[in-house]
Amino acid sequence: MKARTSWDVVCTVDDLVPESGVAVWTEDGPVAVFYLPHRLPALFAISHTDPFTGKNVLARGITGDLKGQPVVASPLYKQHFNLQSGQCLEDEEVAVKTYPVLLDGNNVRVEVPAANKESAAA
Amino acid sequence: MSKKTLIVIGNGMVGHHFLEQLVATPAAADFDIKVFGEEKLLAYDRVHLSEYFGGSTHADLAMGTADWYGENNIDLRLGEQVTAIDRAKQTITTPMGDYAYDELVLATGSYPFVPPIKGNEHPHCLVYRTLEDLDSIRASSEGAKTGVVVGGGLLGLEAANALKSLGLEAHVVEFAPRLMPVQLDADGGALLKRKIEELGVQVHTEKATTEIVEGEDARLRMNFSDDTHLETDLIVFSAGIRPQDALARSSELAMGERGGIVINDQCTTSDPHIHAIGECALWSEKIFGLVAPGYTMARTLASVLNGDREAAFSGADMSTKLKLLGVDVGSIGDAHATTPGARNIRFNDEQAGHYRRMVISEDGKKLLGAILVGDNSHYDTLLQYALNGIELPQQPETLILPESQGGAPTLGPDALPETASICSCHNVSKGDICGVIDAGCSDLGSVKAETKASTGCGGCAALLKNVVDSELEKRGVEVSKDICEHFPYSRQDLFNIVKVNGIRTFRTLIRDHGKGHGCDICKPAVASILATCWNEHILATDHVPLQDTNDTFMANMQKNGTYSIVPRIPGGEITPDKLIVLGEVAKEYDLYTKITGGQRVDLFGATLSQLPEIWEKLIAAGFETGHAYGKSLRTVKSCVGNTWCRYGVQDSVGMAITLENRYKGLRAPHKVKMAVSGCTRECAEAQSKDFGVIATENGWNLYVCGNGGMRPRHGDLFATDLSDEELIRTIDRVVMFYVRTADRLQRTSVWMENLEGGLDYLKQVVLEDSLGICEELEQHMADLVGTYQCEWKTAVEDPEKRKRFREFVNAPEKKDPVQEWTTERDQRRPLLEGEPA
Repeated sequence: MKARTSWDVVCTVDDLVPESGVAVWTEDGPVAVFYLPHRLPALFAISHTDPFTGKNVLARGITGDLKGQPVVASPLYKQHFNLQSGQCLEDEEVAVKTYPVLLDGNNVRVEVPAANKESAAA
Repeated sequence: MSKKTLIVIGNGMVGHHFLEQLVATPAAADFDIKVFGEEKLLAYDRVHLSEYFGGSTHADLAMGTADWYGENNIDLRLGEQVTAIDRAKQTITTPMGDYAYDELVLATGSYPFVPPIKGNEHPHCLVYRTLEDLDSIRASSEGAKTGVVVGGGLLGLEAANALKSLGLEAHVVEFAPRLMPVQLDADGGALLKRKIEELGVQVHTEKATTEIVEGEDARLRMNFSDDTHLETDLIVFSAGIRPQDALARSSELAMGERGGIVINDQCTTSDPHIHAIGECALWSEKIFGLVAPGYTMARTLASVLNGDREAAFSGADMSTKLKLLGVDVGSIGDAHATTPGARNIRFNDEQAGHYRRMVISEDGKKLLGAILVGDNSHYDTLLQYALNGIELPQQPETLILPESQGGAPTLGPDALPETASICSCHNVSKGDICGVIDAGCSDLGSVKAETKASTGCGGCAALLKNVVDSELEKRGVEVSKDICEHFPYSRQDLFNIVKVNGIRTFRTLIRDHGKGHGCDICKPAVASILATCWNEHILATDHVPLQDTNDTFMANMQKNGTYSIVPRIPGGEITPDKLIVLGEVAKEYDLYTKITGGQRVDLFGATLSQLPEIWEKLIAAGFETGHAYGKSLRTVKSCVGNTWCRYGVQDSVGMAITLENRYKGLRAPHKVKMAVSGCTRECAEAQSKDFGVIATENGWNLYVCGNGGMRPRHGDLFATDLSDEELIRTIDRVVMFYVRTADRLQRTSVWMENLEGGLDYLKQVVLEDSLGICEELEQHMADLVGTYQCEWKTAVEDPEKRKRFREFVNAPEKKDPVQEWTTERDQRRPLLEGEPA
């Protein structure tokens, strides 16, 4: 059975930085939300934590595409992570957690494991 | 075991090369080495002697440094002439005393031959061999209008060039019917004569001088055997060389009939403990008057002394490629077709001024020799055919025909055998190059550093590049200059595209000239180019996502995700009040504080959200951003200068502050460091910087492209005794030329090593304006200086920009939970992995 989740509002459109990321705090810890306005979909959410160092920095990496995949480069040691799958391009055994993300009017919502509240959507 | 004594007589190019080779062998430890030089100067590059009049100094031309001799425990005695050798006692004698030797090396070189012409003792009759000779020529040229060189060989034409660069009307008088009779045939010589005369040097062939007398309109008159005469103010004899063998002769070593110390294949003379190398040595009845064979002898002898029984000198290739007075001349192998049955193919374009001759074997399969005048572009290919005995193509004439007539392209590096010699100065074969590439060298610069290839005369630069590129490609190393998969261009190409098309955003550039969305390689590179071209704020909306995290947040990310802050302290000069502010801020935010190598203060451990608050305080106290995070000017380090120092000769702090304020904020392909020393003691260590300035009594000496760090490189002396204005103008030009032409993340040192034509080329561009771009470079720099802004000041005043510094945009009060701290030596630092809290 699927675990209970909730679509939490993490920020508004005005908080986003085009072609880059911002960090938000969620029930599941720090998440990086990227806004790439020239792609479809344009929003991506992955863990903010760099799996190679355990530091919360991924939202501060440079975005782009490699061989057609949307990626962010860790600002610490420059490994690339696929924004859709979370897969690390340099090490196939490493991946970061990804989160479903959507735009709800002016609000950006990220689907995270539900804490002590009802899930807003499933 | 007690050490043996090795004495080297002569400190010229070959003698120095011998020592370089010897100290690299284990045998060096067996010897106490003493070197005696008749000249007072350390060995220097005689091949490029004429550059002395173009501004080069002895230091520029020197082969090594006194420090190098010291580091290798070589006892160097310059200006101490050896007057006798006692072979029975194994000693030599100088005015200072006697010295015993176990092994003796004669590297005494040669002296210029002055023909026995009546009147040749006149004070304005000179020779062209040493820097002292050049000083005499310069002195004699005072008040002179014309100068004559006697001798139309290689050195004679070099000497004519020297006279021309002193502003004299130069003449060349040659006894033979043509110029360079050893290397060229009649047609080649005639073309060279025409070309040289077009350059304003008068050539008189078939002239035998009978006497030199007082002149009527000039100081001297030369009377010729055909009853003509020529008046001139000074005469330089360059009619060939004679081996400097007087010492050997008086100690009764075996000598050649016409001079020269006889040596065997091991470079040993008739006395088994005495060796001879270079132009004083006679091998197989031949004297070698070029530097490359001398180097080969030096290497052979070093191997012999190292116990290598196989080492043998087996003659040397006398092929030469030169630019004489700007005219290309090449001569390869059997240029005069003396091999029985040899046949010739000639191409002679009098219109274009190109002459090429191939000498081929009777069966038409091998190239025996060649002559080139006017265009040396075929030289490398022909030389490889000749040296390696590569079979000629079906129609060998295609090798010298112009390409429009179906001429063959150059011989690909793949066609060369492993044994092919690429650099003859340092005896580097294609196999050697493959070896260092296999051992990890992955670019031209590192191959040059490792093998020394192309660091001698530089003639093989283009060939070396081809070989390296081809070998790297074979090993799957991408030698494409494309910056990344999004742009099929090098950084330099992108710079030009941005500049010419007036492109102001990454979006436009990638839409019109690239593909995809960009990446962490091209985005920061383009951000840097845009900043250099238009100097807009790096946090303008279009530019924010292009920046590396350090640029985005204008601080340096540390291993735990926090940042360090480095305010600008120009020239390292700071008031006590400002120092107190730094201390107060660091204390308030518990920042780990350390003095940097660039004379500033680094404050570590600030979180993202603290950065704007901290900068508000620093800006209020008068600080500006230090750009420690950017690929831009870092610091201009300085010593205290003549304001305080007893030895200082200029105000180094003042100049450092001027330079730092001028170039601060300028975006470059990589970081740029500078330093200014107030005197020759060099306390600011300027020679290890990208731009180093050292004060002299008369102004400033400028060194460029130095580096510390992983691959240290001493800066090259670029210009001397500059005024303040000249110094700034020169740096402006070099900086802008670097910014425009360097690859991404290429420091100036590597840029210089990969710059085709190297230092000389850079001097031409910057000091002589050979590309006609200096005005543009200066204007560009002036625009950048005029649009400088403190990025932090602009950022803290703009609420939109400040929003970027929220750690979590939806939870401003939240602290990053993974940052853990401990205390060491009374300061806070991050907890290391696995370290208990």
